[in-house]
Amino acid sequence: MSIKRKDFLGLYNTDREEIVSILNTAESMKEIFTRTVKKVPTLRGKTIVNLFFEPSTRTKSSFSLAAKRLSADVMSVSKKMSSVQKGESLLDTAKTMEAMGADVVVVRHGSPGAVEFLAEQLSARVLNAGDGAHAHPTQALLDLYTIKENLGQIEGLKILIVGDITHSRVARSNIWGLNHLGAEVRVVGPNTLLPVEIEKMGVEKYTDLDQALSDVDVINILRIQLERQKSGLFPSINEYIKFYGFHEERLMQVDDEVLIMHPGPMNRGIEIDSEVADGKQSVITEQVTNGVAVRMALLYLLAGGNPEDAEIT
Amino acid sequence: MPKLLKKGIILDPRAYFQEEKDILINEEKIIKIADSIEVNELREKYDSSFLDKLEIFELEKNFVLPGLIDLHTHLREPGYEEKETIRTGCEAAAAGGFTQIACMANTKPVADNPATIEFIKSQSRKAAVKVWPVGSITKDMQGENLAEIGFLSKAGVKAISDDGKTVMDSDIMRRAMEYAAGFNMLVIDHCEDLNLVGEGVMNEGYYSTILGLKPIPAAAEEVIIARNIILSELTDCPIHIAHLSTARGVEMVAEAKEKGISITAETTPHHLILTDKAVVGYDPNTRVNPPLRSSEDREALRQGIKEGIIDAVATDHAPHTFEDKLGEFDQAANGISGLDTSLSLLYDRLVDENILNWSELLEAMVYKPAEILKLQEPGIREGKTADLAVFDPDKKWKIESKALKSKGKNTPFLGEKLKGKVKMTLVDGKLVYDNRGGQNEIIY
Repeated sequence: MSIKRKDFLGLYNTDREEIVSILNTAESMKEIFTRTVKKVPTLRGKTIVNLFFEPSTRTKSSFSLAAKRLSADVMSVSKKMSSVQKGESLLDTAKTMEAMGADVVVVRHGSPGAVEFLAEQLSARVLNAGDGAHAHPTQALLDLYTIKENLGQIEGLKILIVGDITHSRVARSNIWGLNHLGAEVRVVGPNTLLPVEIEKMGVEKYTDLDQALSDVDVINILRIQLERQKSGLFPSINEYIKFYGFHEERLMQVDDEVLIMHPGPMNRGIEIDSEVADGKQSVITEQVTNGVAVRMALLYLLAGGNPEDAEIT
Repeated sequence: MPKLLKKGIILDPRAYFQEEKDILINEEKIIKIADSIEVNELREKYDSSFLDKLEIFELEKNFVLPGLIDLHTHLREPGYEEKETIRTGCEAAAAGGFTQIACMANTKPVADNPATIEFIKSQSRKAAVKVWPVGSITKDMQGENLAEIGFLSKAGVKAISDDGKTVMDSDIMRRAMEYAAGFNMLVIDHCEDLNLVGEGVMNEGYYSTILGLKPIPAAAEEVIIARNIILSELTDCPIHIAHLSTARGVEMVAEAKEKGISITAETTPHHLILTDKAVVGYDPNTRVNPPLRSSEDREALRQGIKEGIIDAVATDHAPHTFEDKLGEFDQAANGISGLDTSLSLLYDRLVDENILNWSELLEAMVYKPAEILKLQEPGIREGKTADLAVFDPDKKWKIESKALKSKGKNTPFLGEKLKGKVKMTLVDGKLVYDNRGGQNEIIY
């Protein structure tokens, strides 16, 4: 099994069957974590470049660890992106990576579509590690994996995504992925943080958190960027906490089985209180672990490793 | 040199329409139009020197159109010659069937003074088509102090605009309109509330939502159109709305016209042909300002042309370098290069598809622009200036960088196959563009 397309850019065009096989591959990868030697020779001799035009600690470490556990050679390049920088330098940087013999280029970029642009230009396979507010498919896949692992299935579940949907690539990729797998997706936030015509993506839109919470199975709480308040999208942090923050009392409204997720990094005390983040319903640290497994699966599928080396069946 | 155009089908909505005629041209004028003009009969009237010089063109039932007039181009010179020059922009115009074009003031320096206008005019004298420089409304297009509108008028400027920017301060705009009205100067406004635009890069709608690109609401354009209509009423100054792109904008222009307010409007070929769906794939060549709008907006624009609510189709020819349009969509320059391709695109995508007819198109690309800029009345009639384009409706071609005369290869239609191409363009009776053998040649 492998990824049908040259590149893996988002979940919009990824069908149910492909998602299921990626998740199944991730399950085999996760099994490796339980071994004493957490490393397989699958991608030995393959070169993976992490090309990050936007600061990221978590995603970059996760990709690096995933590549190393598969025995690939991994190189990370961080480029400061200034607003005046032209596409030419973006292209030149990527071409340099390719000239060094990269098999897979993992790209994070602040501009929506920039990763797609590179994918068209490069003959190396490109994996999207987040492009602006457009897509973050590996985050969505690790979320799907975590839900499936905890609740057994995804079809028919009610998933609520809370917060700044407008600026969130995590929300968009989750919506496509969850819809492909037959979940019911809701979004909730102040109107100023919900993009127009979001319903057409196949979600129910709410502004009242209490209403949105009824009967949900999973709550995925997004990070609120504090600068959104400064740009006038909501009146104050206190008001945001009051209407959209998750604290213990809010959690009393929902069933004990409801999963609490957060893509990180968290603003503790703002969108999520520590009692909730560290509580028994939280699967936030599992998400991080699963992120490595999902990224191993994608790197494996893209770089075309030898399945026998992986000892996965 | 005298010219005889034989067996062309004239398409002039206000004169001969779909009639096969022979056209005789001497110096810069059309001197005779008849069912058939034979060289033998000319011997009786003209001496041998006339007949010796006479060039005969067999048009083989190709269409003869009055030369197109573009109200809205960016020729980039002076200051941005890497994007376009007056010479190359005029070549693109000639290849696209245009004989007269108005160029916007956002050059470097800004065309806010007679010296810059004189420079543009002197460069234009050597160019393939006639150029009408537009001056700016405010000094350096800063939106703060009025440009020397009187001096600009004396230098031959027929319209002013801060195109590329809106005059955001409504009081400055009011004063500009009052002052311009006294000089019979047309005010053209680029309508865009910069606060509502924010960091937006594409139309706000479903596609901005799924693409994650920062949105520009239609309201950003509409609130300034509304303001301008109100200021036009207040100041009694005519206003021309540049590149109208929204359905509500069309409605407002219609209402204002009904009220008797002196308002005109143009839209562009790309807003008539494309929608914001074209941005899927993030081609920076689809980034333009105003942005490509929804299909409802596009429908309203098409209807607006049919009903005469929108007066003109103008290219908003905005050439850029390859690097300006390479890479990240949200960091690319705004604009579409349009002079070379507009007529072919409008024919192939709208006329040939029965969405607009030739008559509507030529009103919007010849007669109305001439009226708006108060130019000499165009047309294919005896005694008129011989500004003509010959169009072969069956010629198949592909839009490729090398086929474009403009330095700006930035069109979202690159690679597309079209039916219909300009074969010859005549300006003041002189052949300036010849594509009869597919040579795509400009003649100086």
